[in-house]
Amino acid sequence: MRHRQAIALLALVGFCIALYLWMYKIGIIGRLQCGTGTCEYVQTSRYGTLFGVPVAFYGMVGYAVIFAVALAGLQPAFADRRWPTTVAAACAVGGLLFTLYLTYIELFVLHAICRWCVGSAIVITLIAVVAIGGALRRERRAVSSPVPRTGP
Amino acid sequence: MKRFYALLGLVAVVAAVLIWKASRPQTAALAAGDSPPVTVTAADSAFRGFTLGSDSAPVEVVEYADFQCPHCAEFAVVQFPTIRDQLINAGRVRWRFRDFPLGFAWSRLSALASQCAGEQGKFWEMSDALYQRQSDWGRNPKNPTGMFHDLARAAGVDLGKYDGCMDAQRYAGRLEASRQEGIARGVNGTPTFFVNGRLREFPRGPTSDAFLAVVDSILRTRS
Repeated sequence: MRHRQAIALLALVGFCIALYLWMYKIGIIGRLQCGTGTCEYVQTSRYGTLFGVPVAFYGMVGYAVIFAVALAGLQPAFADRRWPTTVAAACAVGGLLFTLYLTYIELFVLHAICRWCVGSAIVITLIAVVAIGGALRRERRAVSSPVPRTGP
Repeated sequence: MKRFYALLGLVAVVAAVLIWKASRPQTAALAAGDSPPVTVTAADSAFRGFTLGSDSAPVEVVEYADFQCPHCAEFAVVQFPTIRDQLINAGRVRWRFRDFPLGFAWSRLSALASQCAGEQGKFWEMSDALYQRQSDWGRNPKNPTGMFHDLARAAGVDLGKYDGCMDAQRYAGRLEASRQEGIARGVNGTPTFFVNGRLREFPRGPTSDAFLAVVDSILRTRS
């Protein structure tokens, strides 16, 4: 249960970062609190949108899904089920791969770093580590304590 | 478990407050300038931007742009040459450039450089040079004043006058007036285009084909 709580908390933090970047992208926030200005450079580059949709929006959706799944996994009805952790881990790995691609773009194509993107990268990495760790622990527990057989 | 939900609530509330604070100053900051204090004179406000194309062209496009904005550079380098050939030089469109410095490190400096070149009738040459070399100065934390000087020389600008103009920041008021005008018209990013006074969104990007289609449609309606 602890790992699902951690996943939910991290996903909420990640969602807030993505929401902030998305609000900038659609013009609600005029200037990003970034210090050096490279956040705006990254966000206004052509890599700031994918298929016409701001990249931050994909982040919001991804974090929202992970958050919802982790919260569902905390409910008594699903507490003993493995799927919430597995789904969260799968989403986190997908998000991590996408983040790796975006970080590559920042470092080697744009030569600029957006601090908020780094924050999001750290959050998705932590979620992936916690979710995969939780999934593996449950797997081991299931193997070491099989359901007792009944009957003759 | 209650403590966990309390923690989630706390994170949500703190984030909401921070995001609200970040979004709130925007209107005030944009309205107030959020930039070095600049006096905007009546002459600054009266300046309507540099234009390209015939005064009698049936369509006018007003572009709000920032020389350090990557989207603006991409548009200027990839799409604008075709627009210039097929619409502006053909007498169908008059193009008007308005500054909308976003707040990149060199947004204002590059805009000032273009204005100082424009004072000598070399605005478009300087504009082309700034965009074409944006990847060299835009990503570089080093002050690009020297590079702008070189670009001005290559554009055929009298460097003595240019340096005097840059040192005095002669057209800072124009930039501010243009930016305030953009805010008043609802510009919140660059490049933003108004076609015959109407804001035009380009969901698939401001391509030359999109401009050709828009202009064709306007001219068809007129005829």
